[in-house]
Amino acid sequence: MRDVYIIGVGSTKYGELWDMSLRELASEAGLKALMDAGIKAEEIDALYGANTSAGQFIDQEHIAALISDYSGISELGIPAVRIEAGAASGGAALNQAYLAVKSGQYDTVVVGGVEKMTDVPSEVANEIIGGSLDAEWETFFGVTEASVAAMIAKRHEYDERVKREHYAVFPVISHKHASMNPSSHFKNVIKLEDVINASPVAEPLTVYDTAPLSDGASAIVITADKKKIKESENPIRIKASTMANDFLSLHDRKKIDSFKAVNKSVKEALKQSGLNLGNIDGYEIHDSYSIGSLIQMEEIFGKEAIKMVENNEYYFNSSHPLNVSGGLKAHGNPLGAVGLYQAIEATIQLRGKAGERQIKGSKNMLIHNMGGLGTTSVTTILGVE
Amino acid sequence: MSSIVSYGSYVPRYRIRAEEIARVWGEDPENIKGGLMIYSKSVPGPDEDVLTISAEAGKNAIKRTDVSKKTIGAIFVGSESHPYAVKPTASILVEALGLPNDIHSADYEFACKAGTAAIQNVMGLVDSGMIENGMAIGADTSQGAPGDALEYSASAGGTAFIIGKKGIAEINKTYSFTTDTPDFWRREGEKYPSHGGRFTGEPAYFKHVLTGAKRMMEMQGTKPEDYDYAVFHQPNGKFPTRAAKMLGFKDEQVKDGLLTPYIGNTYSSSMIIGLSAILDKAEPGDRILAVAFGSGAGSDAFDITVNDSIKSYKRDRAPGVMEQINRPIWIDYANYVKYRGKIIMRGE
Repeated sequence: MRDVYIIGVGSTKYGELWDMSLRELASEAGLKALMDAGIKAEEIDALYGANTSAGQFIDQEHIAALISDYSGISELGIPAVRIEAGAASGGAALNQAYLAVKSGQYDTVVVGGVEKMTDVPSEVANEIIGGSLDAEWETFFGVTEASVAAMIAKRHEYDERVKREHYAVFPVISHKHASMNPSSHFKNVIKLEDVINASPVAEPLTVYDTAPLSDGASAIVITADKKKIKESENPIRIKASTMANDFLSLHDRKKIDSFKAVNKSVKEALKQSGLNLGNIDGYEIHDSYSIGSLIQMEEIFGKEAIKMVENNEYYFNSSHPLNVSGGLKAHGNPLGAVGLYQAIEATIQLRGKAGERQIKGSKNMLIHNMGGLGTTSVTTILGVE
Repeated sequence: MSSIVSYGSYVPRYRIRAEEIARVWGEDPENIKGGLMIYSKSVPGPDEDVLTISAEAGKNAIKRTDVSKKTIGAIFVGSESHPYAVKPTASILVEALGLPNDIHSADYEFACKAGTAAIQNVMGLVDSGMIENGMAIGADTSQGAPGDALEYSASAGGTAFIIGKKGIAEINKTYSFTTDTPDFWRREGEKYPSHGGRFTGEPAYFKHVLTGAKRMMEMQGTKPEDYDYAVFHQPNGKFPTRAAKMLGFKDEQVKDGLLTPYIGNTYSSSMIIGLSAILDKAEPGDRILAVAFGSGAGSDAFDITVNDSIKSYKRDRAPGVMEQINRPIWIDYANYVKYRGKIIMRGE
């Protein structure tokens, strides 16, 4: 099987981008990715568009066709398809595009993700986000995604004797890193007590435990075309791309405070890449909720994850740099785009172009994108040769 | 340019505290007090509306001046809660205030800056020589849906100005900035307004208020330190405080005009009641920057200099703004909803 590389990346700023529509965001990111790759639209074989809920956020479906049209490439007849897997849409689109290129069906593909979330009031946005849960058995009864995260947190504190500080620290880390990333939604540094004492969203979680509503788009160009890889200044190899799923509803899971799918997709990705955790220089995980960050790290590292919190190992200049981009929490959370921004951050790090937040000597990065709370899990490992 | 000949305000005596509203809706009052800087708000009594509030403010303005009512050739009333959808508030006020019937009159609406739009229109008539003096009023009994964040701020009050050639404070310049920005609206027939949440901040309030203030200072060649007072539209206490800081004004320049923390947002009277409170204590030579904001959206900025005539001006003939603020009758949420007509009565 042939190797697949990322040869171009492009992203908009993330944030409350009142002046930009979904189509403008998507085409800006796509164009930047093509420019970064140094290729023309004619050289693209397919377009994969990731989006979670444009139908509800802006009354627009058929997103991939729209992006293609608005980017001015419809005349070329390039196939365009939307991939949706909750907030894991970006990772899932990358996975599907990777499989298509790996199989030889396509040589060069653009994968873009976009979400326009701030055109609706926040209470409506929260209902839309709840669409990633089970409508019949969860949201119908008033459950929101934040309340699911809160139940998981309560259970985890009770079962595993985890302290509030063990997961409240993750937003602190993300904000610190986001302050060094120019495209971040938030650039302010926060403290542990800010997280714990902020307004409650669903107890024990506060507004600082949860990722914001953001607008934004991110896109990458992947290829297996040898000529393009050779001409690329800094190609980054996709060493593994795996997906796994768990029960959609929390009540169907044997243990609600564990993410089995994460464990599975990460293990398979490590196996696929021939690497072990010792070879990974940095991690981008899905920090939509602080408690979710802790459980993802526990699924990857087991009990060590908490010790790593206590030893401050997750900062960019420490032993296990985590969410050096600023994560969903502080870099921003435009649902369908985040999985692709994770790939972009990893690419920037592996190219050695991350400026003051650069992870020194970074060779391999593991990124984990998640739909729901542990429902859909996508792991990608990127590396330099 | 025209000047302020006289002014007067009216604040209903009924008040409700943020704690009382938060108690009913199960919210933490500290978030409202600390986050929005709103401690209490005024509530119109059962017999009060924009007409009665305007009449009280107008009477206070008339009382303070010896200028004859016969010289008032225009009355414009800005509000987003006129008692009638069709039938002017202004025409009733002509009779209520005993103004001559040979008068230009109209009601205005531009969310929270309808009162300043009224001032500008009177200025135009005065400056063109069409009238000698004119009255401009901004008043509201603003609406907030039960449980909505607006319920903490939407309050009642009114301010009237008599504008003419010779007065107590020169309006050196006025400037307006307008864009199509849907941050806050109420459709015909709807009881309560809708708002765009966080969209009401940066792209609406701050963009327009800051642009209004900056362009005014550019045109006048002034800096924040050239002003003794600054007053901005105040939907809550936090926004104008932040806007003042962003523009480079100090607390002592803005504190006298910042009233929303105590009486809530009086909408069309919001900025001008702050200006009224400043004029209550202003001295000759004091310079004031005043910027109103109206959702939808636009800002009206005024550069004002108080002159020597304020010394002989009879401010004491009518109660000042602080005097009215400091005579509250505190009510609970039950009386609040009764007074505001939020209880469904038999036959409704």
